[in-house]
Amino acid sequence: MRGKDLIVLENVTKVYRMGEVETHALSNVSLRIASGESLAAMGPSGAGKSTFMNILGCLDRPTNGIYLLEGREVSRLSRDELADIRNNKIGFVFQNFNLLPRVTALGNVELPLLYKGVSHKIRKKRAEEVLSSVGLKGKELHTPGRLSGGEQQRVAIARAIINNPSLILADEPTGNLDSKSAAGIMGIFVELNKQGITVILVTHETDIAAYARRKIVFKDGRIVEDTARARIGVLGGGAKL
Amino acid sequence: MRLLLEIFRTALGTLRQNKMRSALTMLGVTIGVGSVITMVSLGMGARVQVKEQIEGLGTNMLFVFSGTTTSGGARTGTGSAFTLTVDDAHAIARECPDVAMTSYGKRETNQVIFGNQNWNTVVSGVTPEYQLIRNWPMKEGTFFDERDMERAATVCVLGSKVAENLFVRGEDPLGETIIIKNVPFRVIGIMSPRGAIAGGGGGDQDDQIFIPYTTAEWKIIGSVLPGYVGIIYASAVNSESIGDAEEQIKTLLRQRHNIQHDQPDDFVIMNLLDIAAMREQMGTILTYLLGSIASVSLIVGGIGIMNIMLVSVTERTREIGIRMAVGAKQRDIMVQFLVESVVLSCIGGVIGLCIGVISTEVVSLVGRWPVFISPLVVLIAFSFAVIVGIVFGLYPANKASKLNPIEALRYE
Repeated sequence: MRGKDLIVLENVTKVYRMGEVETHALSNVSLRIASGESLAAMGPSGAGKSTFMNILGCLDRPTNGIYLLEGREVSRLSRDELADIRNNKIGFVFQNFNLLPRVTALGNVELPLLYKGVSHKIRKKRAEEVLSSVGLKGKELHTPGRLSGGEQQRVAIARAIINNPSLILADEPTGNLDSKSAAGIMGIFVELNKQGITVILVTHETDIAAYARRKIVFKDGRIVEDTARARIGVLGGGAKL
Repeated sequence: MRLLLEIFRTALGTLRQNKMRSALTMLGVTIGVGSVITMVSLGMGARVQVKEQIEGLGTNMLFVFSGTTTSGGARTGTGSAFTLTVDDAHAIARECPDVAMTSYGKRETNQVIFGNQNWNTVVSGVTPEYQLIRNWPMKEGTFFDERDMERAATVCVLGSKVAENLFVRGEDPLGETIIIKNVPFRVIGIMSPRGAIAGGGGGDQDDQIFIPYTTAEWKIIGSVLPGYVGIIYASAVNSESIGDAEEQIKTLLRQRHNIQHDQPDDFVIMNLLDIAAMREQMGTILTYLLGSIASVSLIVGGIGIMNIMLVSVTERTREIGIRMAVGAKQRDIMVQFLVESVVLSCIGGVIGLCIGVISTEVVSLVGRWPVFISPLVVLIAFSFAVIVGIVFGLYPANKASKLNPIEALRYE
């Protein structure tokens, strides 16, 4: 799979209409992301990073343009079809973790499989595996309130990868973490990327962006910079932090 | 199916997290279901009681009233004209094959005196068959017989209420003499109490005095038209033949009274089944009335559910966003919230069911009110609660499923 285009954006435009005022959150963005790549999207707030991520994550549809995910045009799909794609192809990691507060780590991680219709038993087994792979063995039955920020983000990552996604979208994944936890989390992303999962980071921190092999910078809804690090390598490359 | 079970478990968990709120929300449905069951059971109890009372009187009884006359389109009312005769009564007994027995009578309201007590009551002159037709047992003494009829004996039988009101000091009425219209009567019997049934011959059955018909006609009520009676009592051979008996009496009387085809009857035949049906209908109306009043509270309970579910949807906007982000379809979110409201209304319904049954029993014990708890009503009340849960859960659930995932995720 590596090297083949996972994502193709062609002239993607997103216009938000607030009464009479039209805001171009994205204007004619064209981009190709290969499978197995690691990419950091940067830029000031309001530059279009979030919209970019929402569209890539199939949470939103572009106003115009084409979005091919694994060769499939997804920009005109229905809400439920998009839900299916999110379920099967995409894992989200958010700045504020977005875990269900009253549900155990296990229950949170199981969630995507629940909506996939996987049986309780298999769900539980798979969730335990994934939790242990992010280093949370023994904390399966803790609710988010009893976990540290770093641990909560690990739960979120476990949830993102339980369904073997092609793409992980991480929106400021370390924004609420101290530097030590952040390093741990980024380590997990590096590891996942090594396994061939495409990782897209949205961040405004250059040291976090440095984990990615490729960096794009947004400004006023356009990509103004697209640089790949010369050294061919995987996410992180070295102990940056 | 498995997923539904899963969702059901999730819903229970969510409701448990907010125990107080869930309980209060359920309370509306609980009160609704409870009051529907109680009210309908009371209404149906009244109906069943009336039915039993009337059946106790004998459903094979027929009353023939002296009919109405019509003058210029204005009908004067039952019993306003004397059209029935003693001979009619005999003829009915003789010629109608489905009639077992007849009696006839005349009644008048009179002041009756015993010692220094007096009481205003109905004096009925009837024949001895009356007691058999009514199947009305004696409490004490005997009913008068043919011989008393023949010699127009001044003997009387008291209804239980009359006995109570005249013999206030607890004297034994049997053998005592009471005065009706200045005529002394010897008390030879007391009827067992029967209770008041409106339409069953008028007024409280226990508040009357029976005297031989002949005595009534010659010494008490008198008449400008001797031989004419106010009412004929008839019993059909059994309760199935009551319709046939009624038809035969009607044909016979029309013939005897020389009524032309295009003329209306000059008599009115009523049977206890008609009266029972009428009373039952009133009971049914009462039941519907009480039931619909109670249903309103069930609907109010449903609105309570909707209210809380709407609050819940708002509070859990982010949860909905998370679920959508990891792949929940609109239907999944919809079902989740719908199941929650249905679970709420079901639990509320079950509790209401228990409370309804208990409070019905309490009312029946304390208020000495007849009740009848029909399983069907319990079932209907419960299904109504479930339907209320679905109907009032639909709007909040739909609202939840329509949320925009991006905005939901961003919701604080």
